[in-house]
Amino acid sequence: MRIGLFVPCFIDAFAPEVGIATLELLERLGLDVVYPRDQTCCAQPMANAGFNAECADTEALFVRNFSGFDYIVSPGGSCVHHVREHFDAIEQSDAVKEVRGRTFELVEFLHDILKVDAFPWARFPHRVGLHHNCGTLRGLRHAAPSELHEPFFSKPKELLSKVDGIEFTTPARPDECCGFGGTFSVFEEVVSTKMGYDKVSDHASAGAEYIVSADSSCMMHQRGCAERIGVPIKFIHIAQILNGARA
Amino acid sequence: MNTILHPELRGDRDEAPTAPDGHRLDHAEGTSQPLRSRPEPQPRGARIHGRRPIDQAEAAARFIAAPEHEKMHDERLWDLRQKRDREMHAIDEWEELRTLASAIKEHTLTHLDEYLDQFEANARANGVHVHWARDAAEHNRIVHGVLHDHGAKSLIKSKSMLTEECGFRPYMASVGIEVIETDLGERIQQLDNEDPSHIVVPAVHKLRTDVADVFARTIGTDATNSDVHYLAEAQREATRPLILAGDAGMTGCNFAVAETGTVTVCTNEGNADLSANVPKLHIASIGIEKIIPRMEHLAVFIRLLSRSALGSPITQYTSHFRGPRKGGEMHMVLVDNGRSARLGLEEFWTSLKCIRCGACMNTCPVYRRSGGLSYGATYSGPIGLIIDPTFNARKYSNLPFASSLNGSCSNVCPVKINIHEQIYAWRRELVRRHEVPLAKKAMMKAAGELLSRPTAYRAAVAAADAVLPLLPRFIIYNGLNAWGKHREVPHPPKQTFHQWHHANRGDKR
Repeated sequence: MRIGLFVPCFIDAFAPEVGIATLELLERLGLDVVYPRDQTCCAQPMANAGFNAECADTEALFVRNFSGFDYIVSPGGSCVHHVREHFDAIEQSDAVKEVRGRTFELVEFLHDILKVDAFPWARFPHRVGLHHNCGTLRGLRHAAPSELHEPFFSKPKELLSKVDGIEFTTPARPDECCGFGGTFSVFEEVVSTKMGYDKVSDHASAGAEYIVSADSSCMMHQRGCAERIGVPIKFIHIAQILNGARA
Repeated sequence: MNTILHPELRGDRDEAPTAPDGHRLDHAEGTSQPLRSRPEPQPRGARIHGRRPIDQAEAAARFIAAPEHEKMHDERLWDLRQKRDREMHAIDEWEELRTLASAIKEHTLTHLDEYLDQFEANARANGVHVHWARDAAEHNRIVHGVLHDHGAKSLIKSKSMLTEECGFRPYMASVGIEVIETDLGERIQQLDNEDPSHIVVPAVHKLRTDVADVFARTIGTDATNSDVHYLAEAQREATRPLILAGDAGMTGCNFAVAETGTVTVCTNEGNADLSANVPKLHIASIGIEKIIPRMEHLAVFIRLLSRSALGSPITQYTSHFRGPRKGGEMHMVLVDNGRSARLGLEEFWTSLKCIRCGACMNTCPVYRRSGGLSYGATYSGPIGLIIDPTFNARKYSNLPFASSLNGSCSNVCPVKINIHEQIYAWRRELVRRHEVPLAKKAMMKAAGELLSRPTAYRAAVAAADAVLPLLPRFIIYNGLNAWGKHREVPHPPKQTFHQWHHANRGDKR
């Protein structure tokens, strides 16, 4: 199985360890992983702000980079959400539809496609609070959102439960948005940071040592908020835990 | 007991009503969490400068700068959301009900002309005078005309978002007719000369001490006494005589049933019944999207409305108005005010399914921390973001950006409006209509160019010699370092993933 690894721009620039963990994990699982070196971004920053025409060239580049793979896999939930659910600035040719349909977020790829049932190399003896990125939760349907009347399920929790020693904490508002929201984080920075303060405080009060998420963008924002108000909590991407990070 | 984010708000004792056997009443407001707060000056809403774009972010920042208000507002509305969840879980067919309600509304909206005609014919057969109003001004003139014909100088009315939309109270003041709001929250807002901040709980942004200030100023209560029972009783004593002396009564409408020509109004205070039944003249203002075909459909909506709104199984009063009582007169005003134009908007017409429950506001993490008045519009919160721009795209051009697009609003919506997708679509629409700042456009254009050219992009990432590396500059830069004002900037690592990959997997294609 030939995999195209999509490393979102902010992971490339600020959380390279998440890209590395994703690559190593997929290799551990015996996959042929290629990192197309001309990749930049999925175009979500412009799309999120309403500038769809400005997305066209970036989306076209994405399709050129990622055509021909069995799957395109990424540790960036909200970016995958953009590729799958929006990404309509360019003509929807067969090649475009093909790339969009084959793009998966890491958790859903491990859970739905590979159906991985063990991570024997992983051990994480810590209390973690799970953070759902809203695009993955309500867009990609990673888990049952609290608003809907449906049976509970959580793909990230299911995967993490296979990790030795891990313990989950439950915040008062498990799936409230943390306030990142892409460009929202700067256009509405006071509300955005207040939401972030509340989110990290909620997890800390619940006893979490770490906030773990399938999306680094939310965590970049949350880390900035936690550091500013002095909430002692650490952040780790789910790819790192599943790849065997101990702390 | 519900979970709470701000434990310091918990009262020393639970003042909620209890049943004779001592257990806490599990109905409507009976289950609201007892919370306490310290007095603090009330933050006011958005600053209005004519038709210039409302700066929601600025007003929201002032609301957050009043922590007693912000915390109370957030917890109070989250409490409603939790109660809503409990009611939802008690009904196995909840999601089917939502699907059904959505389908009924979509059917009705796509056959609106037929059902409106049917409604009108049946209402007339019931002895009701039916009027049609193209817009707010015509609505106000029609109502004034009816009142004038009866020599009415005072009007008691129950809560109606439609009349807010029409600027009805200021208009009535200008023609010398006294309006007395009979919903407690709406009355508080009227006495404070402030718009409602929420479509179901209009004064939810106020602390009890704010209400004490308003009542001390307007009905002469003791400004130092903010006991809710005292305040409610004082207001009742002050308003009842006005209600009893009212020349005419007015209600809004939750549902207008085409097959019967009747109007249904849901309240918790019984104030619609007072407004409709005390005076001899009853006027009902009805938005044309309130029509549903048959009485049997009403059951679907009644099951959803109060559960979604307040987390109570039903409102205390569900009143059906068919025709004038003996010796009285009843008028219905069917109001368009932009609705038929909205029905023609391909991406936005389903916003007309809205039954005004406010569930999207209660769940919205932005709304809860901003206060409804920060939106500077009749409709606030998620539903406001997609309705307000249809009234004035320039004035409300910032509103669709006051969202993190988290999507919780769409999931709680009892009629399944895809609210967050419409917010996203409005952003595109506003860009198409050039209703966004030029600086933002220039920034996004530059980002689009850079991100589509790998070589230039890599050169920019490598040039990490500035205060902030590339990413915060193109996603985050707005000239004021808005990222770093209230949170720390990310720590740039020694090596990007790209560089790491080159060093460690360079041999691989």
